[in-house]
Amino acid sequence: MAKAELMDFDKALELFEPVLGFEVHVELNTKTKMFSDAPNFFGGEPNTNITPLDLGLPGSLPVVNEQAVRYSISLGLALGCSIAESSRFARKNYYYPDTPKNYQISQFDEPIAYDGNVEVELADGRKFQISIERAHMEEDAGKLTHIGGSTGRIQGADYSLVDYNRAGVPLVEIVTNMIFGAEKDAPELAKAYVSAIRDIVVSLGISDAKMERGNLRCDANISLSPRGSGKLGTRTETKNVNSLRSVERAIRYEIQRQAAILAKGGTILQETRHWHEDTGVTSAGRPKSDADDYRYFPEPDLLPVVPGAELIEQLRLALPEAPAIRRRRLKEAWSFTDLEFQDVLNSGLLVEVEETVAAGASAQSARKWWTGEIARLANIAGVDASTLVSPLHVSELIALIESGDLTDRLARQVLEGVVAGEGAPHEVVDARGLKVVSDDGALIAAIDEALAAQPDVLAKIRDGKVQAAGAVIGAVMKAMRGSADAARVRELVLERAAVTE
Amino acid sequence: MSESHPEPADGITADVVRHLAGLSRIALSDDEIGKLTGELGAILENVAKVNEVATPDVPATSHPIPLTNVYRPDVPGETLTLEQALAGAPEHDGSRFKVSAILGEEQ
Repeated sequence: MAKAELMDFDKALELFEPVLGFEVHVELNTKTKMFSDAPNFFGGEPNTNITPLDLGLPGSLPVVNEQAVRYSISLGLALGCSIAESSRFARKNYYYPDTPKNYQISQFDEPIAYDGNVEVELADGRKFQISIERAHMEEDAGKLTHIGGSTGRIQGADYSLVDYNRAGVPLVEIVTNMIFGAEKDAPELAKAYVSAIRDIVVSLGISDAKMERGNLRCDANISLSPRGSGKLGTRTETKNVNSLRSVERAIRYEIQRQAAILAKGGTILQETRHWHEDTGVTSAGRPKSDADDYRYFPEPDLLPVVPGAELIEQLRLALPEAPAIRRRRLKEAWSFTDLEFQDVLNSGLLVEVEETVAAGASAQSARKWWTGEIARLANIAGVDASTLVSPLHVSELIALIESGDLTDRLARQVLEGVVAGEGAPHEVVDARGLKVVSDDGALIAAIDEALAAQPDVLAKIRDGKVQAAGAVIGAVMKAMRGSADAARVRELVLERAAVTE
Repeated sequence: MSESHPEPADGITADVVRHLAGLSRIALSDDEIGKLTGELGAILENVAKVNEVATPDVPATSHPIPLTNVYRPDVPGETLTLEQALAGAPEHDGSRFKVSAILGEEQ
């Protein structure tokens, strides 16, 4: 594939206004599928969590999962949507082996939720309102694995293998209206929006919301409007964007790619584009064509969903607090400065920090580890920090530091072990023999005390005044009644100065 | 959403039938297209007679049974065994259905 020409991002913004739109698919974590009572579980042994309905076998009939409807209404309400008095399902017809019925049951003209609004916060604290067109219920498709060909990708494959365990898993698709005015913040806004949706579904508890597992998937529509033309450009739809980081990168890439084509007098093809995480580019998928003529019609096998005002009010009352209010509460509860809190938000790690604090860690330690060392490792690996390590393990790691069993330096080694899949922190400590010698526990406590009494010492050391450590070493030797090794104390103090922040 | 496809609402033409056959993955000869164009047109004309009695205050019906909210509790039931699941597969690899390549070479 020829490498696409890219225009400098700032130049592209001078010439064009980016117009965005998102379709985010959320897999619901119900116990069973949308229309069959097969377990909602995939990723294990292929084709074992399926019923005749999931294979589209003759005579099988769909029945709606009540819990999925409730979850969808809750999500609609959390998105600020109106809930349809009456809503119905429709068949979206297409021939592709991921859908054995040759249609997907979706919603078309009567979605369960419509006309919503999501507030998104940018890195500098500016707020942006994203208008939601609709949120509708549908079913997921099976998983295809393409075999053969030179690339292992869909193009040029010899044949494909299909696992239908995921077919029929309940989905809610959230569709935005066109988003204007994001300008140079378009890539960041895209990431902030998907992050906000993730926060909402996590707080509702209705999805596992792991992007890397496809629980949350974003299709990003983007077009460029030549400045002053007042005309919309042709859009592309980028799929396969499986991390918050990729959302931002994919939008930036498409802006640069489209701008380069348009500036040369070329035209943008309306097409699906596939994002490649490894190379950071998009490639052409299938063009929008006859295949997109879905001939929707009302699903004759299902009856309308009429939720009733009482159920809607009941679900409205049970909603968790709105994201903006939640952010304010957490910032206050954690006593974070604006900068510290923005740091967490911008890294998309609010949920992780919150869960780490819930597991017992102090908010400052949780923030420091997530936005520091863990984010650094994630950046090197090119993945989201949330995929590297669980909040529970981070909390355990912090507890080991605070009990004096680990220094920050040792903790970083333990973290590496946890990330490498060697087990929970205490298992890595045992396996790698990383524990601080028992004397250090008492030493560290004494050092902490001495540093608390002389809070400016660390800053001085960091400024290069290493002799400032002397005052702390003296205080520690006194507190330990001379039983401590002064050289070791000095080492620990300097280490502390080097790693804090 | 596509705007440029021939629509049956504009009357059944040979182009409409050719397009629908493509969507349905049915290979039709020109003779068959000609025959179906006439037959499908006649069917639509007959159905359109309903419009003569339907007034604007009659809501469109998508389902003949006046029921709503027919739900199933979220409780897992029986699933097919792998052998049962694959029993009707023309080809499989022991655990997954095998289908022919879907797209051609890179465009």
